[in-house]
Order: sequence, then structure tokens, then C-alpha cells
Amino acid sequence: MTGRTMDAGAGAGDVTLFHTSQLDKLINMARENSLWYLLFGLACCGIELMQFGGPRADVMRFGAIPRASPRQADFMIVAGTLTYKMAERAKLLYDQMPEPKYVISMGSCSNCGGLFQLGYSVCKGVDKVLPVDVYVPGCPPRPEALTEGLIRLQELIRSEPWSTKRRAAKGSVA
Amino acid sequence: MTTTEIHDRLKARFGEDVGPLSEPKIDAFAVVKRERIVEICRFLAKEPGLELDFLEDLTALDWPKNNQIEVVYHLLSYRHRHSIVLKVQLDRAAPSIATVEGVWKTANWFEREVYDLFGVTFEGHPDLRRIMLPDDWIGHPLRKDYQETGGYHGFSNVRENPLVELKRLDDVRRAEAANAAGGVDGPAKA
Repeated sequence: MTGRTMDAGAGAGDVTLFHTSQLDKLINMARENSLWYLLFGLACCGIELMQFGGPRADVMRFGAIPRASPRQADFMIVAGTLTYKMAERAKLLYDQMPEPKYVISMGSCSNCGGLFQLGYSVCKGVDKVLPVDVYVPGCPPRPEALTEGLIRLQELIRSEPWSTKRRAAKGSVA
Repeated sequence: MTTTEIHDRLKARFGEDVGPLSEPKIDAFAVVKRERIVEICRFLAKEPGLELDFLEDLTALDWPKNNQIEVVYHLLSYRHRHSIVLKVQLDRAAPSIATVEGVWKTANWFEREVYDLFGVTFEGHPDLRRIMLPDDWIGHPLRKDYQETGGYHGFSNVRENPLVELKRLDDVRRAEAANAAGGVDGPAKA
């Protein structure tokens, strides 16, 4: 990709504009193709989450690499039934992740409480605690479904300016 | 040894403090006196010929109509391949019983679980804390009259119909996007 323009009539200002717009795209391309995800398997969805990183679904071809530390992760996959006790931990982990950060909610339980919605100890959806970008339905979703969720997240990242992306968990100071 | 034979030996040793053996629906059980539970358990665990060395389960039942909480002990002997179930009936208003942690170590966590979910106090327990729910949880959820206390630490426990809620969230997002677009255009025009 070159900064030069073939149009002889273009002024200096136009060239600068051309450069900024492309830089944003370039950075977004880098971001969307190196999405590292925080492992947060809570229940049976965690098993499908492992397959998501395994050889058949192979999300490493999209540049997604599992990280065990929130400080190295770009997004978080909440996979499984979130209890109130765990919801506080989920929020803590989310707060430790560097900006810009995203959340995929995987499976019925983390979408809305699912099968255990009427349980006294179950959080009625991870979006009561964290801002969710992509909801993946299913009980549990197949690795292919989660891969599609990842591709949707890539589309989202491609379409937004990276520098203005700042959010905080509900109730925490940004 | 059959359950009846175990019960007979128990009856011979403790007399009236051990109730009659129930009809064997799944596991025949005997209701025993609250005050003598530790003695009875130690007898069953140590007596040659009985040696019920494994506490399979310790759990509880809530009977609001009878105003009772029953604590249930499932005992098993690995050596003799026999088993028996004991029940103790407690007052529902202030359920309390002596711990059997000194007889079987595994009772420690079972009793914490029963304390957590039913609110039964085990006297003499070395570490009677909640084991599953958070320490600041209010109430004991497996009691029949348990009422949820609207969420936990500010997390709401109400969920709307997803169709209604998602539409509302979508509208909010659209309004925000429209506002943001207006905000960028505003200074540029001025």
C-alpha cells in the first residue's frame, strides 16, 4: 500500500487524509487478525470452547490464541453458567483486561441464565455484569457457531475506530 | 449383615433412644434421639462386626408442616458390605445438633453444606462456615419458605422477555449512535 496518489490534482491536505484513513484500517486489520481470548470456561460450554481452539475448528487460522491471563487478552469468552459468586470474579477479570476489550457470551446460560435461570444462585445473563458484544446461542453451541461469533466480532472490530473504544464494566470507574 | 440385624444390635445397646426400622422403600431408616447421635455414630463406626467406616452422605430435609428439619446419615461398611440410614428430627425454629466430625472426618464438609443450605447449627464443629454460597449470602436456600432477596451485590435478578429487552437495548444503541453522529457533525458545521 502506498501513500502516493496518481492524481496530479490532489493537494497536500488530501494526501494526509488518505494516510489517516488507511492507518485506521491497517491497525484494525492487525487487531481483528490477532484476537487473543481469555479462557473463562465455567460449565459444559467450556468443553466446546476447548474444541474451538482444537485442530478441527482451528481458530488459530483467524489469529485467535487462548490466553490464561486477562492482561494479555483482547476479548473474553464467557462460556457457561455464571453464578452470582462467579459474576464478581468475571467482573474483576474484565476490569484487568487492557482496552480495547470485548466480550463474547457463549451459550444459553451466559446469555440469559438458560436452563438454570430460576435458580437462586444463578446470574440471569452475563450482560447484567459486563457489556456483551456478541451473543452465541446454543446449549452448548457447536465450535462452528462460536467460530461464527468470532467472525462477527472481527466484523465489529473492522467497522469501528480503535482509538475511541473505551468502556468499563457496570458499576466500576472507567 | 442385614440392615435389620444392625438395627437389632443398635436397639440392644441404646434401647428406647433408637426408633423402629422403617418400611424399606429404598433404604430402611431408623429415627434416633438427637442427644445421643455422637454416641450412636461412634458405636456404629467402631463396634466389631458393624464397623460402618464410611459416611456416604449427610444431608437434610425440610418439613414445614411438621415444623421439623430432619438430618439424614447414610452409613456404609466397606469391610462388611452393609449399610444403614439414620435420621434425627430437629426443631425447625432453631435446628441444632452435635457434630460427628470426630467420628468421620468427611462429616466436616457435609455439615458445612447442610449449614449453608438449611441453616442447621452443628455444635462443636471446628469450622462452621458456608461452603458453597458467598459468605455474605442471606438465608438458607433449600428451606421451603426461602425467598430470593432481589439480586446480589447490585446484580439484578430480573430478566425481561428477551424480545422486549433486546429491542429496548437496540433502540438505546441506535439513539446513542445518532447522538454521536450529531456530535461529530455539530462542531464541523460550526
